Formats: sequence, structure tokens, C-alpha cells
Amino acid sequence: MSTTVEQPRQFCTLGGQQSVVAIERAIPIVHGGPGCSNKLFSGMAFFNGFQGSGYAGGNAVPGTNSCEKEIVFGGETRLREVIDGALKVMDGDLFVVLTGCTADLVGDDTATVVSEYRERGVPIVHASTGGFKGNNYRGHELVAEAIIDQYLQPAPKVIPNLVNVWSVLPYQDTFWAGNLQAIRQLLEGLGLQVNILFGHDSGGIEAWKKIPAAAFNIVLSPWTGVSIAEKLEQRFGTPYLHYPVLPIGAVETSRFLRSAGEFAHLQSTQVERYIEKQEAYFYHYLDRSADFFMEMRWDLPAQFINISDSFYSLGISRFLVNELGLKPGRQFITDNPPEIFLDGLVNQFATLADKVSAKVTFTHDGGEIAKTLRSEVFDQPPLVIGTSWDRDLAKQIGGYHLSIALPITDRLVLDRAYVGYAGGLRLVEDIYGAVLGTY
Amino acid sequence: MTTEIQVTPKSVVRQEPGVTIRERRLGSITGYSGTPDELVKISLAGQLVERERSFTQAGTCSSFCATLQLSLIQDAVVINHAPAGCSGDFPMFNLYNRYGQGKRKLDQTSARLITTNLNEHDTIFGATGKLLEAIHKAYSTYHPRAIFVTASCTSGIIGEDLESTLDEAEEELGIPIASVSCEGFRSQVWATGWDAAYSAILRKIVRPAKIRRPESINIITFIGEDYFSELLRPLGLVPDLIVPFTKIEQLETVSEAGATAQMCSTLGTYFAAGLEKQYGVPEIKSPPPYGLTGTDMWLRELAHITGKDDIVEQFIAAERNAIEPELEKLKKRFAGVKAFVAAGPSHGHSSMEILQDLGMELVGSCMFHHDAKLDHGDPAGDTLRAATTGSGRMTYSVCNKQSFELVNLLRRLKPDLVIVRHPSLAVSVAKLGIPACFVDDEHLGLGYRGLIRYGKKIADWFRNPAIERNLSRHSALPYTRWWLEQQPFSMLGGEV
Repeated sequence: MSTTVEQPRQFCTLGGQQSVVAIERAIPIVHGGPGCSNKLFSGMAFFNGFQGSGYAGGNAVPGTNSCEKEIVFGGETRLREVIDGALKVMDGDLFVVLTGCTADLVGDDTATVVSEYRERGVPIVHASTGGFKGNNYRGHELVAEAIIDQYLQPAPKVIPNLVNVWSVLPYQDTFWAGNLQAIRQLLEGLGLQVNILFGHDSGGIEAWKKIPAAAFNIVLSPWTGVSIAEKLEQRFGTPYLHYPVLPIGAVETSRFLRSAGEFAHLQSTQVERYIEKQEAYFYHYLDRSADFFMEMRWDLPAQFINISDSFYSLGISRFLVNELGLKPGRQFITDNPPEIFLDGLVNQFATLADKVSAKVTFTHDGGEIAKTLRSEVFDQPPLVIGTSWDRDLAKQIGGYHLSIALPITDRLVLDRAYVGYAGGLRLVEDIYGAVLGTY
Repeated sequence: MTTEIQVTPKSVVRQEPGVTIRERRLGSITGYSGTPDELVKISLAGQLVERERSFTQAGTCSSFCATLQLSLIQDAVVINHAPAGCSGDFPMFNLYNRYGQGKRKLDQTSARLITTNLNEHDTIFGATGKLLEAIHKAYSTYHPRAIFVTASCTSGIIGEDLESTLDEAEEELGIPIASVSCEGFRSQVWATGWDAAYSAILRKIVRPAKIRRPESINIITFIGEDYFSELLRPLGLVPDLIVPFTKIEQLETVSEAGATAQMCSTLGTYFAAGLEKQYGVPEIKSPPPYGLTGTDMWLRELAHITGKDDIVEQFIAAERNAIEPELEKLKKRFAGVKAFVAAGPSHGHSSMEILQDLGMELVGSCMFHHDAKLDHGDPAGDTLRAATTGSGRMTYSVCNKQSFELVNLLRRLKPDLVIVRHPSLAVSVAKLGIPACFVDDEHLGLGYRGLIRYGKKIADWFRNPAIERNLSRHSALPYTRWWLEQQPFSMLGGEV
């Protein structure tokens, strides 16, 4: 469903540019209008926790800056010129050409232009990401699928215990860098070899080349990335585990690790030993927070409302219900999940815990979110976990507010993670820090 | 500087929607490498031609500039008729809005921005229905005094009929609803977006003057603090900072002002010339009041237009006197410091004046575009010439924030300090280990006292460039060794 949107929390398919930037030493080349790349960098990276430009993002992104000439006469010649320049000027291992609305509307044959370079041995692929085609969750998948289809070769043999992980979106998830590191550490804790693919020390092009050799893929996500795993299954016969809840805190993380261990046929004693140690750590600190909760609970918010994508809405709901005993209010899901995943998501919220369920609204329009919440009656101040757009709304409904999703302009985010055991503790610290900060 | 009101070219303000792009209207270019003297000369002679780059890095588009001005009007709503990605800059405008409101002690509220979120279906069947839906949503949520609808590449290419849709809505709702022709593909000079925004304001908001308020001076600005009062109030004049953080009512009456000035001649050239041509509000054509000589000349022209000739010289002398001791100290501090400016014209030219007055040596500059002339057409308003009297043979380039060129150039020039005036460029400079000062408040260096403020700020930053040193040791730039060995402007085509 497409509607007009106030206070956007996601952008367009060309936002896949930021997934390219997140691959070490990969260079995006944007074949579009002069403003696209910078606007997406601005919305997804800078004014979203002030994530930086990275190695080849921000002002370094090569682009055709298409103007009237390219609209009227086509932009293929100009694209060739910019690719030629990029191959000489930019020091990279993989080039990903992404199209914007202009190129896709006028019908440039970008695929053919790019394939000519590939035939000459240049590591270059093309993703058709004209902004009108969808959101950047889909854009992220399009980038991965382009690399898989156009660049990867079947592996001579499978590497046992090697797993590729498809989870949170680089940059769109303000905490992606920390979250992916956390996921890697958790799975390594089970004894797996983890191909995390995006972010610091993820291995760049060499890691991507190893994708076909993996024993299996994990899609740790409500829906994004499932299409990538399906493609890998079709092309390389790699099986995949789809675990739809972002694991935050001990209950969910242990459940995830058991699923992963089982799927990888790991010895359950090995898995349990690791889980036991991690849970001990988590509950040690929950124990330390007990005085705070027992003494201060009278005025702490009992009800929470998530306004974020399905990763966080679901992950945080499960955490707050199962770990801290909070009551879910209405949950907003802002990432436009495809039709086929909607029932599954609604069902997840209907069964958050025994006798605990939450109503779900799928919308990415800040106007509709505000209207819905203003019409509700809150007996006590609710906790609003959302974006920087939601600060005024939280105040209007008398609630507390924490920004954890795009756009975040009231926090600086570096390597913080909310995933896993330690991630759950960080979330507790941040939520109650925000509440205490208002006293 | 002549103080007579110049006759402006007839083509400046068009009443129909849309604005002629700068390439055609002002002979603006985005590629040049040479010296200020030469650029001034060929611009004046009408011989300036664009040199296109074979390789380019992503730029910025008009829609960003247009929306920056319009989204900060406090009782308007901006609707971007575009796919959702074009709203990537909404969070930025929201932060600017809240940050500026805080500085001005206004209630902090979120910026009022809506995207029509065009999708594939809309590109085939059109989306004026969604546009109307957005207008109704804006109206019922905010009861705005005006609505601005910014166009996009997509709305332009699929041929959306904005005008008749907006006319219809305007009639129904009874508030001005203006289209803003800022399709990204129309111009390589993103400053065209300012013109598009001001054109919408001139067409739909500004009303003929009922009274005259000769003491009120329109100042076309970005979001900086009001340092203009320091220069105007002693002369009995009152600055009216427009367009950010105004209300529609305030913009309706800018036609009543005694004069229009601007903090940057390239920002408000279209608006200032339009106000003069349509409403007889004289434009201060001297370069903006930065640096000693620049401020002298600007004040004299302002005083002449507003009938303050009798008191201006005394004011100038007193102000110059007041800053003298501190300026001398700063000049000693900055003696021998080699500086470089990377900014948009003409504010970049103003920065060049400031740095030279502070005693630094300018080793080069790079501006994001160059206007061969301004809308008022008076060569005496040439900010580049004013800023480079005596330094007209330095390295000067026009480069629409192509960081590959900037990095290459700076590695050769090795300045001690770089002044930057555009988001996300400072980081490339800092990674070279060069202290980079991003000037956030463009008014800080204004006038005489601004020289001291600016000098102290830079001295503070410059004292301990630890972060730049760390970055240069531990960060990699994405350029090949081959490129760094080429001439910085070797990707510029054509011959000068």
C-alpha cells in the first residue's frame, strides 16, 4: 500500500547504496539525479545517529549527477564515462552501480553497460534501484541479490560450520554495526565460523566470495533477507534457517542460539555450556538492577509502545514482556513488510508471552501514528520507543521517549548493540536512563 | 560602489511558475581551475564557459536548497511530490528547525514535511490524487498559512500537472499553495533551488506594500544567529531576517522594507532583485558585510539608501577602533598561517576576506559554483573581485564539492587550516591531517566584531588538532595512488 507520508522512517530502493558502503572496500556508483546519493546518506547515515560517511560513502560516492541531457538523450554514455573514471580514481575491490529514478524512468540499459565491464573482468555489478520501485529494505536485498547473481561463483566444496548471516540493515538500523558484531560473537560462541558480510572487519569481497561455500544461511530477521536466502538456496543449494525475532536479552537469545545449534547439528552440550555462561552474565546484572526496579517501579512506565521496523518492534516487545514484565501497548511497524509476512507478524504479537498480546498497526506515516496514539487514553505515562520524530508525540501523550530507530538526531551512535545478552542490558540502561533524565 | 538603484534585467523575475536555471540566467558554471583575477576577467567579458568533468562524485540537488529555506517557515507545510528517497533530507531539516528554534527561544516542534511517496503505479498513472491527499492532510493537521509543493525528478519526468492541481486546492482551502520548480535534473547548480523557493514566495506570498517601513531591512539568510543587529541598530535600522524562522505574515510584508540585503549574494540574488523590480525595495549590491573593507562599503551603501550618511562614518570609525587591539593580537597569532577555503560563493569569498584580515595567507580556494553575474547585473557587487584584491593570483577553482579533486589539491597545497562551509566535506580534509573548521553559523564572522569572534573560534580549534592527527594516522581515503599523482583538475574537460 502506498500512501503519502509524514515524518519518513525509511526511504527508497536506492538506499541500498548504504549497504554497499557497509561492505569493506566496496564502492557504490549512483546513476541518478545530482541529489539522490547525498539525500540518502543524509537520512540514513548522518542524521541517523551521526553515523559517518565511512570509506567510500558520503561525498566520496561516484555519481553521474544526471541532468536534462541524460533525461532527453539517455544516460548510458555518461554512465560509461563515470564508471571509467571510478575504476581509475577510486581504490576499491567491488563496484556496485545503482540506478536512481531518472535512469530507470528514461529506460537506460544499465544492465548491459555494466555487463560489458564485467566481461572485461572488472568486479562490477548492477542493481536496478530506481526510487519509485520500493523502500530501502528491498533496496538492501536488491544489492545482495545483484552481487549473488552477477558476481558469485559456485564453491568447489562446502566449508563445514561456515554460516552467512542476513540480519539488520546497515545504516537503516542505527545500531547495525554493533548488532552485527554481537551476532557474530554469539554464533562464534557456539563454535560456528561466521560470515557477517557488512561492517568493520567483515572481510570485504573475500568474505562475499565465500558465501556459496557456507554450510547454511541464517536469516535473523522478520522478513528482510528471506529472498536473499531463497536465492542462495536456488543457486547454490544452501539451506537456510529463518529466525524471525531479533534476539534481545537472555530469553530470546538463548532460544535463538538453540535453534541455530540444532540447525547446524551442533552438540547440544556445547550449545548449552555457552548459553549457561552468557545467561549467568546477563542475570548477574539483572540482579544488580533489582534494587532499582523494586524501589523505583512505582513511577516507572508500565506500558510500552514501539514505533519502529519489524526487527525492533517485535524484538523489543518480546524482551520487555518476557524479561521485565512490562505491558505492551499498541505496536507500530514501519517497514512495510510484504503481504505474505503480515499474518506471521500479527501472530508473533498475538503470542508475545502466555496471555500477553499486542495490537499491531502497519504504517510508516507519522501522521497516522500520531492520530492513532492521540485518540488513545493512557492511565499512566507510557514509554514510547521510536525515532527522533516521536519526541513531540511522546510529550503530548504524557509519555517517556527513547530514540532507537531511524531517524535518530538526539543521540550519537558508534558501536552500541541491542542484540544479544549484553545488548539487552544496554537497552535497559538506555530506557531507564531516558526516564531518569526527566526527573 | 554606485549607490543609485540599478535597473535590473527584465528577465529576473518571471511571474509564471518556475525559474530559469542559473546556467542560463547567470552564466553559472561548476568547473574551473585558474586564478581569481582570470575568472573575474572572463566572467565580466561574458567569455565564461562550463568545463564538464568526465568523472564526478555525487552532488546535491536544487530540491535540498529549496526545501531548506521553505521548511523553516514556521507556519507553512512543505510537500515533496516525489518518491520516498527524496525525503532523505527531512531529518536534517527537522534537526535544523529544532536547533534554530532553541537558539531563538521558540517552542521546539518538528518540521512540517510530507512526501507523496510516489511508486511505480504513480509513475504510470499519475499521482495528482495523492498530491491532493497530501494537501488535505497538511491542511487538516496543521492549518498552515501556506503550502509549498516541491517538484522532483520523477514528478517532472512523468509530467505531473502541478499547477492546475494546486490552483484547484488553493481555491478550495483559501490559502496560498505554491509549486516549487526544483527538479533535481534541471540544474547542476544546486543554488538554483534557492531561486525556485524565492520565486514561489515572490509569486504567492509577498503582497504589495500598504505602508513603508524604511527602518526595516530585509536580510536574506540561512539559519545563523542575529548578529546583524550589531550593525543596523546603531544606525536606527532594524534587521528582518528572512526566510528561515519567519511566519507567512512576516513574509507578506517584506515589500514594505527600506532595503534588502543578504548574508550571501548567491543565496538571495533572485529574491533581492525580485523585491527591487516588483516592489521597489532597493537591494544593497555591495558584497555582504564581512571583513573590514567589505563591512565599510556595505555600511556606506546601506546608509546612503536609508538616509543615514550623516552618522555612518562615525559608527565605522568607532567600531574599527573598538576592535583594533584584539585584532592586532589575532593577527600576530595567525601570522604565517596558510589557509584554504572550500565553500559556496559568495559566502566563501566573505570567508576569504575574513581570513586575510586576520592575517592569514590564502594559499587557495575552491567554490562550489561560480555565477558569471548576479541578478542585479551590477559588476560592483562582484564578491570574488572584492575578496581577492591583492591576492588575485592564488590557486582558485570551481568544484561542486568533488572531494576527489579537493583531496588531491590539498595534498599539494598543504595548508595549515581549511575553512569548510558544506556538510560532509570537512571529514575528507581532516583525514589528511589538516585542521578543518566547519563554519556552522554563517553570521559569526559578520562585521567588525565578527572578525574577533571568528578569529577566537578558529584559534580555539586550531590550538590542538588532535582529532585530525589521529584521523590522518588511522583512516584511509578511497583514492588510488594513480589519482593522487595526477593533476587535481585533470578530469575537467574542455579548454579555458
